Formats: sequence, C-alpha cells, structure tokens
Amino acid sequence: MTKKLTYLTGPLIDQNPITLQILGICSALAVTTSLATALVMSAALTAVLCLSSATISLIRHHIPNVIRLIVQIVIIASMVVVIDEILKAYAFGISRQLSVFVGLIVTNCLVMGRAEAFAMRNPVGPSVLDALGNGLGYSLILVLIGTIRELFGTGAILGVTVFVPVSEEGWFEPLGLMQLAPSAFFIIGALIWAIRSRWSQQVETPKLSLVKIGAKR
Amino acid sequence: MLNPVTIWRGFLARPNDDRVKVFGVAILVALISSILVSITSVTLKPLQEAHLAAEREARMARMIDALPGMRSVMEELGVDALETRLVDLSSGTFVSGRDPAEFNMQTAASDPEQSVAIPSELDVARLGRRANLAPVYLLERDGDLLLVVLPVSGSGYQSTLRAMLALEADLRTVAALTITEQGETPGLGARVETPEWQALWPGKEVADETGQIVISVVRGQGTGPHEVDGISGATLTSNGVSNMLRYWLGDHGFGPFLERLRQEGL
Repeated sequence: MTKKLTYLTGPLIDQNPITLQILGICSALAVTTSLATALVMSAALTAVLCLSSATISLIRHHIPNVIRLIVQIVIIASMVVVIDEILKAYAFGISRQLSVFVGLIVTNCLVMGRAEAFAMRNPVGPSVLDALGNGLGYSLILVLIGTIRELFGTGAILGVTVFVPVSEEGWFEPLGLMQLAPSAFFIIGALIWAIRSRWSQQVETPKLSLVKIGAKR
Repeated sequence: MLNPVTIWRGFLARPNDDRVKVFGVAILVALISSILVSITSVTLKPLQEAHLAAEREARMARMIDALPGMRSVMEELGVDALETRLVDLSSGTFVSGRDPAEFNMQTAASDPEQSVAIPSELDVARLGRRANLAPVYLLERDGDLLLVVLPVSGSGYQSTLRAMLALEADLRTVAALTITEQGETPGLGARVETPEWQALWPGKEVADETGQIVISVVRGQGTGPHEVDGISGATLTSNGVSNMLRYWLGDHGFGPFLERLRQEGL
C-alpha cells in the first residue's frame, strides 16, 4: 500500500516533473499569466496524462516495440483533441486564452515521458497513480507560478482584487514584468533553488567542472 | 470455422514483432482513436458554434460601442442593434421574404444551389465560391443611411479570416474593421485580432475619387488614407486582409450593392 502511495506522492516534490526533471517548461511559461488559465491547463494536462497512461498501460503487452512511439503519440494526440474540444464547448473563454497550448500538450515531454518510462512497463493501477501524481506535481508548480504572476502582475487572484492597484486609487503598482514570459523563468529558477536547498539530495553532481585557465592539469 | 473470438485471440497471441500484428495494432489504434475524436467533435459542435455565434454578436456590439456617437444615435432612435437585411450580391438589391436570422452565409457558400463559383481572375481572396445572398447590417435615421456593416472573409496565411467592415454614410470611409474569426500564427498573424491593430482602421478610405478600390495593408508604415500598417512577420496575413477587402468591395462582392446605395439611397 505504501509503495503504491509513493507512485502518487513521489512526483509531487521528490520527483517533480518541472523542478527536478525540468519537463514541460514551455507550457509552464506560457499559460501561467493568470491562475485561472494555470488551473485549466493543469486539469487538462492531468486528464490527458491519466487517460493516456491508463490506455497505454492497458494495451502495453500488445504494442509492438518497433511502432511503440507512434502508438503512444496517436493515443496521446487523440486524448488531447478530445480534451481540447471539451474545453471549447464548456470553457470557451479560457480555451481562447490557452489558444494553442492545450493542443501542444501532445508535445509536452512529460506526457510522452511517463508513457514511455512508466506506463509501458507497469499495470494499469500504478500507471494511473503515477500519471495522477505527475499531473498533480506539474499542477502544483503551475498553480504556484500562476498565483504569484497574477497577484504581483495585476494585484488580483482569480480576477478578485487583493491588492488595490494605483489605477483604482489604491497603493499597489502592478509589476508589468510578471505578465511577461521571463518572470516565469525567474520564478521557476527560484523554486528550483528553494527546493534543492531544502532537499539537498536533489542537487545534481556537475557533469563538467570548470578548469582554471593556465592551471597545470 | 471463422469464429471472430478465435481470430481475435489468435491475433493477440501473435508475437509483437510479427508483421500482421504490427500493422493490425497500428490500424486498430488509429481507427479507435479517430472514432473517439470524431464522436466528440460531432457531439460538441453545436455547443461550440453557439459560443462562436455569441462571440460574433459581442464583437459586433463592441464595435458599435467603439464608434464615436453611434450608441447615442441608436438610443435616440430607440434601437439596440443594427437592422439586418439580406442583399442579392449580383444585383445589389435587398431580398425580401426571407428571415435574415436564418440565413447562414458559410453554409450557403458551400451549397451549389445557393452560391456561385468565383471566376479565378476575380478570386483574389481565394474563396472558391460565394453565397448568392449576404446579410448587411444597417443603421438609418429618417431614410438616411448612417452606418453599414458588411461581413467579409478571405484566405489568410493558414486560415480563413472573417471580419466585419463598418463603412460610414459616404460608403468610402472605414468606421471600423473587426476580425471575428482567424486561425493565424499566434503572436504573428493572429495579431490582426488585437484592438491595437484594428484601431488603425477607422478613418481610412477604401476607394479613391474615381471609386476604384485602393485600400491596402502595406509592409511597414502606411502613408495616406488608403494604406494601413502591415504586421511585421505576417506579410501573408496582411495581404490576406487586403485581398479580402478588395474582393468584397469589388464588383463581384458588395460592389453593386454599394453602387446602388450611392445612386438611389436605401
């Protein structure tokens, strides 16, 4: 039981797909300007990840090795299209804001990575737990970044004003940078630094070391 | 002999590097996926189209709001939306006896009975066919035309652009251009949809003194009343907008209708 639970809790921080494995960064930069888009993107990615992992794990014994990547991509891509259509029908405004990024879940290394590394080799139960864990780990980071960017970029959370901005005769000067992509880089960087200072086993050993110019080898 | 269950079991029991199995699995996965995608797409289509229609209306309302003084004129007249009329494009006359709300220009354009093929030398907007009829939206006061809004469409770089072109009473000055639908490259061509770019349009003149349609989206900065600044990195989308207006304002588009309005009024 505890082993099964680690499938779910492991990817939250210890094996977090964004901060440890640095996967799925592109969407993390693009859709985190507001908390609402981050939440919807997280839900969409988690749903795609769980559905595709379950399907791939279910038929894993019958996926020929030579075409396994193609089969995985076809399954993932269809799930993405389905989720995208559902968003367009039931969350039209948000899906407009997310524009191409829901479609780009197909190319998110996280989904393909979990399919190839986990779902191809494990039964359905653990695969779904692993997918859910990774989805939640991704969501956790997205929601954190989304909250920080929306709060400091506009003074609101989910559109509800928290800090009254100067334009509405308050005190808060919105930080324009927070609404631009570079700020997501800074925040992810700071998060990685914070997590690796707290859980130092995550620090990787450098593959290359600096050589002093002129020093004798 | 040919028991489907036995065949299925036999298929599954084949080794994974067997050629029949490789092709079989590929075809099955593709087939099931495509069925799944088609079913979702078809069942959700009405909901999505309702959203799109609501958005088009909201854009129309926003466009009217952005026109200086238009709302107050409408309040004075006691109307809250423009009047929709159907126009026969080839003769330029109004069509009576059909409910404009039930007319869909896009469906009509693909129906051979309700549309005509556009001669290739005239088809600058690369549409292929156009509907025989088109809705126009009018605002009039005591028989004087104040504003006419024309729906236009054309091929951009990778999608069909659809827009509403509002012309002032002289039928030459642009009151507003609103792109209602596009699927161009995000960040480049998709910027035609931004308010900043659309704000370049009001006050431009679509035709010169002789009535020749001269409006164009140019590379870089536009000069004079007939040129609009292009979007850098999106030349084909910019050209698409130019061509779309040239086609729809030309003789094969709304040309006869606009000419008749100029001659005879409403």
